[in-house]
Amino acid sequence: MKKKARFDQDHKWGYLMVAPTIIGLLVLNVYPFINTIVLSFSSTKVFGGYEFVGLKNYIKMFSDAEFWRATWNTILFCILTVPLGVLLALVIAILLNAKIKGKTAFRAIFFLPMVVAPAAVAMVWKWMFNSEYGIINTIFHLNVNWITNPNIVIITVAIVAIWSALGYDAVLLLSGIQNISKSYYEAASLDGCTKLQQFRYITLPMVSPTLFVVLIMRLMASLKVYDLLYMMVGEGNPALSKAQSLIYLFYRESFISGNRGYASAIVIWTVLIIGVVTAIQFVGQKKWVNYEV
Amino acid sequence: MKQKKNISTILIYIALILGSVIMIFPFVWMLLTSFKTNAEVMQIPPTILPSNWNFSSFTKALDLLPFGNLYFNTAVMILLRVLCAVLFCSMAGYAFAKLNFKGKNALFLLIIVQQMIPGQIFIIPQYQMVAKLGMTDTMFSLVFPGVVSAFGTFFLRQAYMGIPDEIGEAAYLDGCNRWQTFTKVMFPLTKASVAALAVFTAVFAYTDLMWPLVANTNINSTTLSAGLSSLNGQFSTNYPVLMAGSLLAMLPMVVLYLFFQKQFIEGVAMTGGK
Repeated sequence: MKKKARFDQDHKWGYLMVAPTIIGLLVLNVYPFINTIVLSFSSTKVFGGYEFVGLKNYIKMFSDAEFWRATWNTILFCILTVPLGVLLALVIAILLNAKIKGKTAFRAIFFLPMVVAPAAVAMVWKWMFNSEYGIINTIFHLNVNWITNPNIVIITVAIVAIWSALGYDAVLLLSGIQNISKSYYEAASLDGCTKLQQFRYITLPMVSPTLFVVLIMRLMASLKVYDLLYMMVGEGNPALSKAQSLIYLFYRESFISGNRGYASAIVIWTVLIIGVVTAIQFVGQKKWVNYEV
Repeated sequence: MKQKKNISTILIYIALILGSVIMIFPFVWMLLTSFKTNAEVMQIPPTILPSNWNFSSFTKALDLLPFGNLYFNTAVMILLRVLCAVLFCSMAGYAFAKLNFKGKNALFLLIIVQQMIPGQIFIIPQYQMVAKLGMTDTMFSLVFPGVVSAFGTFFLRQAYMGIPDEIGEAAYLDGCNRWQTFTKVMFPLTKASVAALAVFTAVFAYTDLMWPLVANTNINSTTLSAGLSSLNGQFSTNYPVLMAGSLLAMLPMVVLYLFFQKQFIEGVAMTGGK
């Protein structure tokens, strides 16, 4: 009897307390998700409203060179940013884990770009990469069109993206490294292991779950790259159609050209790529991530 | 042996200082550029320090962008989004972790699935809803997509899972109902996680660019990020003005960061994985 009363109370309060979130998610996510799928099979009519067009958007998409270029750019951007970015973050995390003074200050400095709007970050780098008056070409005596050459601008944006995310990834990896029990290192050094061996056989396997999380996160963020490109390669830039990412193309199609049906097909394609890449990562992790403590 | 250790420590310092210079230099350069004239930044070879510290780029940036509105919109949007996230995610997180009700697992599956889907897929219909209501260019539209959060719910559920059931039982025996148990006993115990979620929500709302760009196109009703991007479009060649505008836009958050550095870093590290 008493148990039943308790269950009834749980029932009532349970529904009341999840209601705002569930209703919110239905309105903000579930309905839009279904709506986007429907839109991807539709086309905007001249006087507003939509009509069903079947696979037309997808056929147009898969036969469009600009779309394939954007897909390739997105993948290229991941190749440029993810391995190098995560590796550098790991190096910084290891350096910050050493017995040094000013650890907090260094950590705060590396983390700084995280709290600056990407719009501001992109602008200062665009200025530093300016081909005529930029400080980077001046210091290194270069004459590179960092921003306007469509083949180079992806590398430029990748550099900025790595710089922006470095501190964040390093903070996550550092907390992973700090969770490793000191006793492993003590035992290892008693057995005469070098620092390098300790890194290879203790740090790396023990931090691999964190490394996996950082890798997944960075990969997802890179596949969705948009804001830095939007700021650094604007509408007037001749490199734009050759340097845009999938989400940038999605933004331009949906909110500048007004092709919402076609844009929906692009965003669904992007989410599918993210899903597939994440799934591959989860399968692949069994080979290298160590969950035994 | 001792000497070898000293050398490696010195090398670590050198590497970290070099890295710090690379991290800070862009901000220093932004500051220096903002005090130069447009003619001075186009000199070859370039000057390092401004020959004259002039504030004209700042007055011009303040003229071009309604910074008062942008600060206000951004601050209110962040505040409302943080309030909504903390309130609704706490309630749902507690219910999912501690209460038994029919359909709980199915509803929680919804949370997990939503959390994994990239937000861009929702943005066209979200915009259409706001537009249909005639609410574009309002505070409502800025806050709208951030009212609830699948990630925040998931994250706070973890926090409530970590609290032993006995604590709730004791509160029931003392005559608290579920709501009182939640507000008086359980919620205060999740302070660290709530702070982390608040920081995460605030930083995300502040840095987000696409939504304000889409929903609030009027310069007076948009956020700092989106406002700054319009400056980029209009004045793409006047770098001192662009740098002054960037500085003004980033200053409040950087000042907050300097004061609450530990909370920022730990908050973001705790929510890591998103």
